[in-house]
Amino acid sequence: MYKILSKRDLTDITKLFVVDAPFVARKAEPGQFVIVRVREEGERVPLTIADFDRGKGTVTVVIQEVGLTSKLINQLKPGDSFQDFVGPLGKPCPIEESGTVVLAGGGFGVAPVYPIAKKMKAEGKVHIVSIIGARTKDLLILEPEMRSVSDELIIITDDGSYGRKAFPTDIIKEMREKGTKIDRVIAIGPMVMMRAVANLTKTLGLPTYVSADPIMVDGTGMCGACRLTVGGKVKFACVDGPILDGHQVDFEEAIRRGKMYATEQKTALDHHHECQCGGGH
Amino acid sequence: MPPIKPRHAMPSQDPEQRRRNFEEVATGYLEPLALGESSRCLTCPKPGCYTGCPVNVNIKDFVALVKEGKYLDAYKKIKETNSLPAVCGRVCPQEEQCEKFCLIGKRNEPVAVGRLERFVADWAMEHGVEPEKPAPNGHKVAVVGSGPAGLTCAGDLAMKGYKVTVFEALHKAGGVLIYGIPEFRLPKRIVAAEVKNLEKLGVEIITNVVVGKSVTLDDLFADGYEAIFVGTGAGLPKFMGVPGETLNGVFSANEYLTRTNLMKAYLFPEYDTPIKHGKKVAVVGAGNVAMDCVRSALRHGADDAFVVYRRTEHEMTARKEEFEHAIEEGVVFHWLTNPVRVIGDENGWVKGLECVKMELGEPDESGRRRPVEVKGSNFVMDCDMVVVALGTSPNPLLSQTTPGLKTEKWGGLIVEEETNATTREGVYAGGDAVTGSATVILAMGAGKKAAKAIDEYIQKKSK
Repeated sequence: MYKILSKRDLTDITKLFVVDAPFVARKAEPGQFVIVRVREEGERVPLTIADFDRGKGTVTVVIQEVGLTSKLINQLKPGDSFQDFVGPLGKPCPIEESGTVVLAGGGFGVAPVYPIAKKMKAEGKVHIVSIIGARTKDLLILEPEMRSVSDELIIITDDGSYGRKAFPTDIIKEMREKGTKIDRVIAIGPMVMMRAVANLTKTLGLPTYVSADPIMVDGTGMCGACRLTVGGKVKFACVDGPILDGHQVDFEEAIRRGKMYATEQKTALDHHHECQCGGGH
Repeated sequence: MPPIKPRHAMPSQDPEQRRRNFEEVATGYLEPLALGESSRCLTCPKPGCYTGCPVNVNIKDFVALVKEGKYLDAYKKIKETNSLPAVCGRVCPQEEQCEKFCLIGKRNEPVAVGRLERFVADWAMEHGVEPEKPAPNGHKVAVVGSGPAGLTCAGDLAMKGYKVTVFEALHKAGGVLIYGIPEFRLPKRIVAAEVKNLEKLGVEIITNVVVGKSVTLDDLFADGYEAIFVGTGAGLPKFMGVPGETLNGVFSANEYLTRTNLMKAYLFPEYDTPIKHGKKVAVVGAGNVAMDCVRSALRHGADDAFVVYRRTEHEMTARKEEFEHAIEEGVVFHWLTNPVRVIGDENGWVKGLECVKMELGEPDESGRRRPVEVKGSNFVMDCDMVVVALGTSPNPLLSQTTPGLKTEKWGGLIVEEETNATTREGVYAGGDAVTGSATVILAMGAGKKAAKAIDEYIQKKSK
């Protein structure tokens, strides 16, 4: 069992957990993920690593409630444990050696951006411009943390309730119009956000990484549930990614595959709700 | 010589009933059948059966003990060389091994060695027979992967007094026995009980550790393990490489079976992992895994579940028994049929499988006649799910992250024939990680051979 040492409410639906997982912490790198199970009947879900402390043997993950499993995880309290917590899986995010890097995090995608920025800041070789955003002010996460590891921090919201009312693409366009040289863009967030950024940077010729977040089962290259098309070739996000060349990813396909179990997700939630109300077994 | 009695049939669930449930198909011999079947054995002075067994079970002696009703002794006799008898009794291809060499089998049906083995192992489980823990010899060995090869290697070394730690990437021990082979062929409580027996022998099993990611082989040596056995299996699924393979509703056999077995998706929503319930399910391939998939599809409620295979019944690799069970359950086989494209609807879900007809040409390197496409014979089969069961290759995770561990081009670890030693000192390997996808019992045989070599290696080194 993998004990939760602390928990923080980042928003009403987004929680941060610091987990005792020395095996994972020992080898974890930014960009990698873990697979967790919340209980014996639980499914295996991937969570991107949001931070780690090798000395303390801890790994931080951030979960936003979307279906049953994320709901169950978010109900866990400090002192509770994950049933399973395995990793680090996938390839680490390559860290730039020089130039200016734009890190765009959308929604709870800010969480996986943080350790990348942290490592780049620690190495001190690049100028880090971070764009963090959310639909609305209440959903923005990790602002102080991101400020501490960025050379410039731009905050945006879709509705303008906090920071600038803009999308990450607007900011990247502006930077280019102002003549800022950008050497690398890393965009992590909802698929549609990553697709928008990748489409723009492709036309601007800016190398771009995105972090795929597909459905997975084992997370070690065994099942192929996470396969997506990258540059016309089928890749497994779990072993070939999750960090991928944003200009090569077939986003339409990835979005379609991500919805494969939408009906079942609802069934699982309804079933859980019935059981909670005593209407079930 | 009195006439040989006919072989005793295996009691089984009725096909009409079992095709819709996940309970075990073969329900097992009860005592009278076991006594009857064992009495068919001629107790040959020079038995052939033994030579056909990859883990050298002393078949003649154990069957003789069953004949006398000495089931505990029979169990102990099997356990001398076989760590997983309840598994082998269920999934070994006995017709190609022990039973193939049975003297009675030359004129009649051979003694049902597998069924007797299962009877004895189940008897021991029901009677709570506990293994005796040997005295420790002070040496530590790590085993990577808890499938049949790893468990056998661990069991053999533990019996010699080694402190064995097994590292498993998934959350449950058993490898393919847990994620791959369905409940209706090998109940998971049986696997759990065999694993428990190994733990009682002193084997430590640590789940959720991906060796190559969470720890490296060098880390394990640094932690004091004197030798390592790699039994990581063949986990990498092969796809067809045809257009439409990423449509919604196309699954690898590994995904389909892992969801069903390891994650218990057949109990959804009591269990949280969902699975798609295809109504018309096409399974591509005709090995044992394909049989498991197509029969699982029926149990998940498919109206039609059929196999698409580019060769014929004579070339397929599935065991005869699995094939017959599939036929009894209503599976349809489309021979000489090869998929060329998966067709999707406007929302990206599978709606059909375009195939071509094949004919058999000259034999290929496997000795089987090569299927050749019949030009212009394209046709579409309606289906709403496609499961690809074309085999697997070794997972490259470990070899990629371990310097000095050499593999064949296709991914199999290179080992010495006699010892199963890899290209790195102190590292041994066996099972599907070396051979590519094969059978449970061959993996067990390799685990056994490696255990012997590891013992000799450590004993020699510590002199």
